Amino acid sequence: MSLTFEQVQRIAHLARIEVSEAEALTTQDHLNGIFQLIEQMQAVDTSGIEPMAHAQDLSQRLREDRVSEADRRAAYQAIAPETEAGLYLVPKVIE
Amino acid sequence: MINASLKQLSQALAAKQISSVELTQLFLDRINRLNPTLNAFVTVDAEKSLNSARAADARIAAGNAGLLTGIPIAQKDIFCAEGWLTTCGSKMLANFVSPYDATVIRKMESEAGLVSLGKTNMDEFAMGSSNETSFFGPVRNPWDTARVPGGSSGGSAAAVAARLAPAATGTDTGGSIRQPAALCNLTGLKPTYGVVSRYGMIAFASSLDQAGPMAASAEDCALLLNTMVGFDERDSTSLERPIEDYTHGLEKPLHGLRIGLPKEFFGEGCDAEVMAAVRAAIAEYEKLGAKTVEVSLPNSHLSVPAYYVIAPAEASSNLSRFDGVRYGFRAQEYGNLDDMYMKSRAQGFGAEVKRRIMIGAYVLSHGYYDAYYLQAQRIRRLIANDFVEAFKVCDVIMGPTSPSTAFKLGEKAADPVQMYLSDIYTIAVNLAGLPGMSVPCGFAGGLPVGLQLIGNYFAEAQLLNVAHRYQQATDWHQLRPADLG
Repeated sequence: MSLTFEQVQRIAHLARIEVSEAEALTTQDHLNGIFQLIEQMQAVDTSGIEPMAHAQDLSQRLREDRVSEADRRAAYQAIAPETEAGLYLVPKVIE
Repeated sequence: MINASLKQLSQALAAKQISSVELTQLFLDRINRLNPTLNAFVTVDAEKSLNSARAADARIAAGNAGLLTGIPIAQKDIFCAEGWLTTCGSKMLANFVSPYDATVIRKMESEAGLVSLGKTNMDEFAMGSSNETSFFGPVRNPWDTARVPGGSSGGSAAAVAARLAPAATGTDTGGSIRQPAALCNLTGLKPTYGVVSRYGMIAFASSLDQAGPMAASAEDCALLLNTMVGFDERDSTSLERPIEDYTHGLEKPLHGLRIGLPKEFFGEGCDAEVMAAVRAAIAEYEKLGAKTVEVSLPNSHLSVPAYYVIAPAEASSNLSRFDGVRYGFRAQEYGNLDDMYMKSRAQGFGAEVKRRIMIGAYVLSHGYYDAYYLQAQRIRRLIANDFVEAFKVCDVIMGPTSPSTAFKLGEKAADPVQMYLSDIYTIAVNLAGLPGMSVPCGFAGGLPVGLQLIGNYFAEAQLLNVAHRYQQATDWHQLRPADLG
């Protein structure tokens, strides 16, 4: 398998990372080297093997549905790039 | 005092031979003097450290100190610490002052009374094996400043090796505690997945990440591990199990211990002098009464390929939170919302982090998920099963931690695949979720060599015992680099 230049640009967009043409070319080269390493997996017959997502086969713990955290909005928003009246500001999404 | 063990420091503090303030100042002075050469710390705040030391002295005076109260420690900059800059080695978080403490920080500092000396340099978001991907520049290995300390916990390793701190924390996703410990002549332990809380530890690959201690000896690591472990309801994968005292079984004799030697770890691909040091260590274990048995991990050659699907997949999801909205870096100029995301992430992340996010986005995307992500998870199962088989005939597995000693700065930086292969012996342990250690076992060409110990699930106490008995019989772990002036 080999990624095309267009595929690299598409992946960069999926990842929401802006790349210049020059960066995309270097990235294409590096990613193809890495995928060559990854391709070794394809020779292995894994039929009937259960995928392992986690080291311990445990089910997700549930907790009681009650308030357990204090309100620290001011502290958390103090480190945000831009806030106003308790809201995070971003460029206008809906005209 | 600089070279004292944690037990000796604890006794000196209890006997009032030295105060925590004096001890903290001693290490702060060394950081001041030596950090410009090593770049091991990215943040030091003497006033904060000395305030903690004063609080520790008050606890000691009041008679309610713990064993490690007042002892200084270096914290890897992946742990959120309230009021401290917490950068994770990235421009993305270069301005991030954490509003809360990671559980590891809370337990070690607020509960045990350890005194933070500052935050240590690391590969950006823990993605690297040389500490060269840090936004804050590379760390230098105290044994040879032209060489890397390993990574991603390279700052912690260099700090302890050069005695800028008596001990440090690290995190290990694919070898990031064990490999730098090996390259800097330290003892480092990655616990069983789920033993140490991940709350407030900035996430790289959540099913693999685990924090652990890095120090001069197994005894120091046992004392530190005692303060780090425990169930935490804030980490959904934290395990509820009885608390152990990891110092308790350190002295157990090793007579009859069965050491498994995986034939795949003793074949080609490892430096001959490194292998000679590892074999000499195993011979020493035989003198201590252990027996060796050949085992096989037939799928271990697939651990690097499977890891470079699973870890980037999890990273691409975890790092989607860095979008320039709630904290961290936001680009100066941008158009619409999407453009703000794209520019903030393009400018905030370094090249290696971008590569891994993109690999992850690709292997999780429609049409490739089964062939890559699910296939990697199936191989992960095969790798874990290999260990289950091996532990039927042995108690502990041994081999090299790293295929080479510390390499030169820049030597592997241009070729990601070469860099990835430096973790060839460590990654399988993370995929299986097992505990692993690196223990100093000799030198090759004047540079430290690490012996890797791999235990069964929850065998931390046994690994520490096996490491400690070796350190009673040898003095590799006591050797220090020449003082850098």
